[in-house]
Amino acid sequence: MRLLEWVDARFPASKLWNEHLAHYYAPKNFNFWYFFGALALLILALQIVTGIFLTMHYKPDTELAFASVEYIMRDVEWGWLIRYLHSTGASAFFVVIYLHMFRGLLYGSYKKPRELVWIFGMLIYLALMAEAFMGYLLPWGQMSYWGAQVIISLFGAIPYIGEGLALWIRGDFVVADATLNRFFAFHVIAVPLVLLGLVVAHIIALHEVGSNNPDGVEIKQVKDDEGIPVDGIAFHPYYSVKDLVGVIVFLFIFSIILFYMPEMGGWFLEKDNFIPADPLKTPEHIVPLWYFTPFYAILRAVPDKLFGVIAMGGAIFVLFLIPWLDRSPVKSIRYRGPLFKVALTIFTMSFLALGYLGTQPATGLYTLMAQVFSILYFSFFLFMPLYTAIDKDKPVPHRVT
Amino acid sequence: MKLTLGLLLSLTAFFASPAYAASSKVALDNVELDLSDKASLQRGAKIFMNYCLSCHSASYMRYNRMGKDLGLSDKQVKESLMFASDKVGDTMTVAMRPEDAKKWFGVVPPDLSVISRARGTDWLYTYLRSYYLDTDKPLGTNNLVFTDVGMPHVLWQEQGYLRKDSDNQLHALTGDQEMAFEYSMMIRDLVNFMAYIGEPSKIERLALGKWVLLYLVLFFFVAYPLKKAFWEDVH
Repeated sequence: MRLLEWVDARFPASKLWNEHLAHYYAPKNFNFWYFFGALALLILALQIVTGIFLTMHYKPDTELAFASVEYIMRDVEWGWLIRYLHSTGASAFFVVIYLHMFRGLLYGSYKKPRELVWIFGMLIYLALMAEAFMGYLLPWGQMSYWGAQVIISLFGAIPYIGEGLALWIRGDFVVADATLNRFFAFHVIAVPLVLLGLVVAHIIALHEVGSNNPDGVEIKQVKDDEGIPVDGIAFHPYYSVKDLVGVIVFLFIFSIILFYMPEMGGWFLEKDNFIPADPLKTPEHIVPLWYFTPFYAILRAVPDKLFGVIAMGGAIFVLFLIPWLDRSPVKSIRYRGPLFKVALTIFTMSFLALGYLGTQPATGLYTLMAQVFSILYFSFFLFMPLYTAIDKDKPVPHRVT
Repeated sequence: MKLTLGLLLSLTAFFASPAYAASSKVALDNVELDLSDKASLQRGAKIFMNYCLSCHSASYMRYNRMGKDLGLSDKQVKESLMFASDKVGDTMTVAMRPEDAKKWFGVVPPDLSVISRARGTDWLYTYLRSYYLDTDKPLGTNNLVFTDVGMPHVLWQEQGYLRKDSDNQLHALTGDQEMAFEYSMMIRDLVNFMAYIGEPSKIERLALGKWVLLYLVLFFFVAYPLKKAFWEDVH
């Protein structure tokens, strides 16, 4: 303890511990949906640690990249485990993040005073998409190559500067060695630094205003004599032991995939990515990774390339605006009126449907369906100021239930 | 809770469906493989070394690693399975020069290290049993699964020749039922071996998985009561 006193006199070790864990009071009524923030943090750590070990053996060179991944899978001690942890971790990250974001929609966690928590979270989501996209080029398989080729060419749709911009991103006229090298730099250092910074900002903002909860009640409004929220419990030890249980359940599911189906039927590791990149041979189907498919479906639903790109960008950008589009005084879905419940259900189904359609060929009926679901997707946001204002919300209790 | 369940169910349904529809119009035969069957892997290795490795490489696979996993000593590997190189630590490269291969077959034969993961084992199993006589082709054979393939029917001595009738069915021109059965068994061994070299660590992966899961189950029975105990005073 003398050592701790010595440190505390020079660095706020105990202060930080108390502010963020031991004396951070979280609502006592967290449910299933509140595991995913901690799980996202776990996966972030997992990706960084496995990434460091992969970097020791991976070679960002078009002549060597594919072989170096197979070298990791065969000749590096535990290389296969490190690589599968990283590849399965990437997909798990998006599963967890999507559920985490959906929790925000369910309980209105983006509403005042948590607008910045939501904005930082959205920026994390954007950075994560960039991170995943650039990471997927590194194995230098056919799908790595052609996926990158297609996505980068989208920048070419921007008038006047588009072609030049795409050229600038690639560093060559096609995806090539220069592209691989710079994507490696972005994937292993630039984007992770941004991600870490944003995660810190996300948590600082959250701990400033306090966590929301399934009732959408502000627990800070009812405090005891010592100024502690009556419905709050210390994050540590209460939620650290509870999250530990969540972590074990998560790792159990994660391990089943990792050890018994690391390709996940082609969803996590695509078949075509076991063929080295060949700039002269286009694969039959170029499908983006599953976590991008909803936006890919929106892109293809619009007949014009430029407007398709705008629609795709808009589909992500519009999420940033939710805190101001939602006019309801009620946060949690428990006390919302029927209009919001119906709207959220339609939105969720549209997102899943678009995700499916993004994996299918864009022909006839599928294109029409993608168009319908794209309109429904945007309607959720476009009409939000209207239906949330006139909705028949229920009275919100004074304390958590 | 209903919402949670519904969401999880739809996610499960999404991932349970295959990412790709089979691009080939031919229905693929299902092959049951067993990576723990060392005798089958050894027979497959022998076929692979004798027939495939003269034109194809498997340049990510090392001879001594194969020996270790298949239960063969370095000496055994060297004497009975190594024709293309002489160091057991070498990878399975091929002597044929790419420019010659291009001249002879029209394409450079692909490396076979991870072909089982790119094509799938059912595809390989069906493909290797679907050669038929086609006088229009320079090498005299064609393939039902891979139309106009550059590779000749290397294993014709084992299978005999097939011909294609008007409904795209293959029939044996030479050989009998027994020969066809033996050939299928032989291809199963070969595909088993190709599945093995596609991911040599799979044997270790499957073996380790159950211990990790068991550990997590035990850990759960420590962590859950711990949570219960801490939460006793929360009402």
